[in-house]
Amino acid sequence: MELKSKIPSGPLEQKWDSHRFNMKLVNPANKRKYHVIVVGAGLAGASAAATMSELGYKVSCFVYHDSPRRAHSIAAQGGINAAKNYQNDGDSVKRLFYDTIKGGDFRSREANVYRLAQVSVNIIDQCVAQGVPFAREYGGLLTNRSFGGAQVSRTFYARGQTGQQLLLGAYQALEKQVGKGAITMHTLTEMLDVILVDGVARGIVARDLRTGKITSHIADAVVLATGGYGNVFFLSTNAMQSNVTATWRAYKKGAAFANPCFTQIHPTCIPQAGEHQSKLTLMSESLRNDGRCWAPLRKGDTRNPRDIPESERDYFLERKYPSFGNLAPRDIASRAAKEVCDEGRGVGETGLGVYLDFGDSIKRLGENAISERYGNLFEMYERITDEDPYKQPMRIYPAVHYTMGGTWVDYNLMSTIPGLHVLGEANFSDHGANRLGASALMQGLADGYFVAPLTIGDYIAQAKLPAVSSDHPEVRAAEAAATQRMKTLVNIKGKRSTDSFHRDLGRIMWDNCGMARSREALTTAIGDIGALKEEFWRNVSVPGSDADLNQALEKANRVADFIELGELMCRDALEREESCGGHFRTEYQTPDGEALRNDDQYAHVAAWQYNGETAAPSRLVEPLTFESVQLSQRSYK
Amino acid sequence: MNFTLKVWRQANTQTAGRLETYQAKDVPSDASFLEMIDIVNGHLEEEGKEPIAFAHDCREGICGSCSMMIDGVAHGPVKGAATCQVHMRTFTDGQVITVEPWRSAAFPVLKDLITNRSALDRIIQAGGYISAPTGGARDANEILVPKQDSDSAMDAAACIGCGACVAACPNGSASLFTGAKISHLGRLPQGQPERYKRVEAMVAQMDEEHFGHCTLYGECQEACPKMISIDVITRMNRDFIVAKATKMPEMAGHGAD
Repeated sequence: MELKSKIPSGPLEQKWDSHRFNMKLVNPANKRKYHVIVVGAGLAGASAAATMSELGYKVSCFVYHDSPRRAHSIAAQGGINAAKNYQNDGDSVKRLFYDTIKGGDFRSREANVYRLAQVSVNIIDQCVAQGVPFAREYGGLLTNRSFGGAQVSRTFYARGQTGQQLLLGAYQALEKQVGKGAITMHTLTEMLDVILVDGVARGIVARDLRTGKITSHIADAVVLATGGYGNVFFLSTNAMQSNVTATWRAYKKGAAFANPCFTQIHPTCIPQAGEHQSKLTLMSESLRNDGRCWAPLRKGDTRNPRDIPESERDYFLERKYPSFGNLAPRDIASRAAKEVCDEGRGVGETGLGVYLDFGDSIKRLGENAISERYGNLFEMYERITDEDPYKQPMRIYPAVHYTMGGTWVDYNLMSTIPGLHVLGEANFSDHGANRLGASALMQGLADGYFVAPLTIGDYIAQAKLPAVSSDHPEVRAAEAAATQRMKTLVNIKGKRSTDSFHRDLGRIMWDNCGMARSREALTTAIGDIGALKEEFWRNVSVPGSDADLNQALEKANRVADFIELGELMCRDALEREESCGGHFRTEYQTPDGEALRNDDQYAHVAAWQYNGETAAPSRLVEPLTFESVQLSQRSYK
Repeated sequence: MNFTLKVWRQANTQTAGRLETYQAKDVPSDASFLEMIDIVNGHLEEEGKEPIAFAHDCREGICGSCSMMIDGVAHGPVKGAATCQVHMRTFTDGQVITVEPWRSAAFPVLKDLITNRSALDRIIQAGGYISAPTGGARDANEILVPKQDSDSAMDAAACIGCGACVAACPNGSASLFTGAKISHLGRLPQGQPERYKRVEAMVAQMDEEHFGHCTLYGECQEACPKMISIDVITRMNRDFIVAKATKMPEMAGHGAD
């Protein structure tokens, strides 16, 4: 297999324009003859489904939720970036492009990121037209705030519920088309496999979660917008049902999986309270605009934080990164917090925590101003921890939040399987080795509203697709395999719950493939995961029937894929012998503990090709060439 | 902490359900209500018994999936919180807790504590949107929106679509849900062209789905995890009367008053 990125020629600034001009178009009257399946209805899926339907294609959309409005995009808090330069602070498309490339530690494609920055401005226009209630100034203009990794204010937000409001905008556009009969919506339906005919994606196999019935659906193009795989760590800020199954099934059918080890550990989450904990809760990065991170200077200082005088506090981000201070990018802020805790200066019962303190801001701006900006986040914090952040500093600790890796896609967002496009967090495309805050919402909507509807049209216009009937041997085979997998799972009748396996997997991943990774730890982890996989298929208990609403079966089916993905992540982390962004190999660091990249050997995307159950996967390489930016050691000092 | 749970178990929409008793043992007080059920379910799975089916996902009060009547109260005893944001420290050790699904004619039970809430999606399909196909939008700052309008639109837009308002209403009315969307869009200049057509279509769909009528009990705003005020219902009613009285649902609105 060869990775053809299909980046258009010409100057960076004109690539997207000239590519759009060169695309083949589908006659408006013919569009309704083409059927597009969209799996997932988060920001990327809902916006793509709505837009393609508006263009005239016949669209079917599949979600495992009971309503498309529940996709995990809904939980994004802080905001969405756009190069509007409404604040007149020197922002531009080029600056957003540069910040994103640098923030990703020079491990993403220039052409993709430039296009992302270009369409960012259209996203805000589109969302405002749909009625997204972004925050405004008294004069009626839109307002902005700052986010990590940038020195301009370019983040648009709707209180602490930006993801919710953007998703509802896309959801309403989607439902409008459903109401017109232009989109067929399949709720509570989970994709189990991709159907390939002559090597081309022609449909999916899906399970109706209400009845367990497994059916096939044929189309001219398939879109996966199924989110990230952070739940491989068991504890993450992802929703409970977020999973890797759709892209993992595609991987096993031939869609290369890129940079699986690039995962983002978010610095500001509420620390874990105990073993019972099912997920972690994020405290928006926007809090770092007004909150100051610190830890006691002295080890084991258990005094009440308010009793620790200024001179005995270490504002470690401001000390280490004076020019970005508390707004250092996520990977850097997370590692700094880990370092402090590793030195024994962590706070809280577990010692795994640092303070995020609003005392100074409250003194400067008053409690009302802080409550106006972050009221709902403070409330959420108090509800979970039973502590009042207006009176004492928040305790925070890093947690798994986002995955930069994902299905490899070319410039057109098409995977190595022709006809299979992958959008949003599910693909690997734009964030390199670290994503900047407020960029996930931007990418999801860029892909769904502005990129994929055009590139998929270009694909359809050129693909010569024979008719496929529902009793085609490939369709029958995919359906039979999916049915068999469900039956196998319910018939194991072992002794351990799925969660207990998932918890074990999470522990292996967090300890060995989390914030610090080493050859030794990764090698051990690969062995441990192999043993866990063997026990899972022998000893998992999945009560109930496969022909029924069965949440235990849904979970077991997803965790089985997480176990396999975990192994690939460790393998990828092992082979990337450098540190970059969220991937920190302890063997490769600068004398002051920063990530040490190896541009000569690793300025590339690593994409993994599946070679069957028994053979090891192959590591394919897409070299990254930088024409517009100078590779440098990332400095936020 | 230890609890005795009486949980509604129902195999599917067609069969009758019943309350079953379970013991929840050694539950940490920091556990959320859903984590307490996770603990019970973990034991059931190990015994090869079917776990209690319940809808849940984000577990931070924003996706609107979780939906339980806890001792007869939608989302339980904590004001302004979804079920996932209720922690066991709110209960007393040894307490008997009854857990049931949403009760409403428009929300049939799918299994145990999971109901079918697709009627809410169909209300949105009827008109809960601004028609703005991708690509035609002008610059976001061209239309000024007074901050107070934008803020009150956001207050209404905070609805998470969980259906607690319906479950809490003695009439089973979806007026808080529908009124919230009408108020969100109707407060903004972008929402004016379709304002009266929207209210007519959405209210008609509510009737179609067998939701009851609103008689202003106010139970909905008490149960709402986002504390959306019944002001949104008043606004919906006013727009509805204007739409009917003028018989001109297609006419443009008169500004975001």
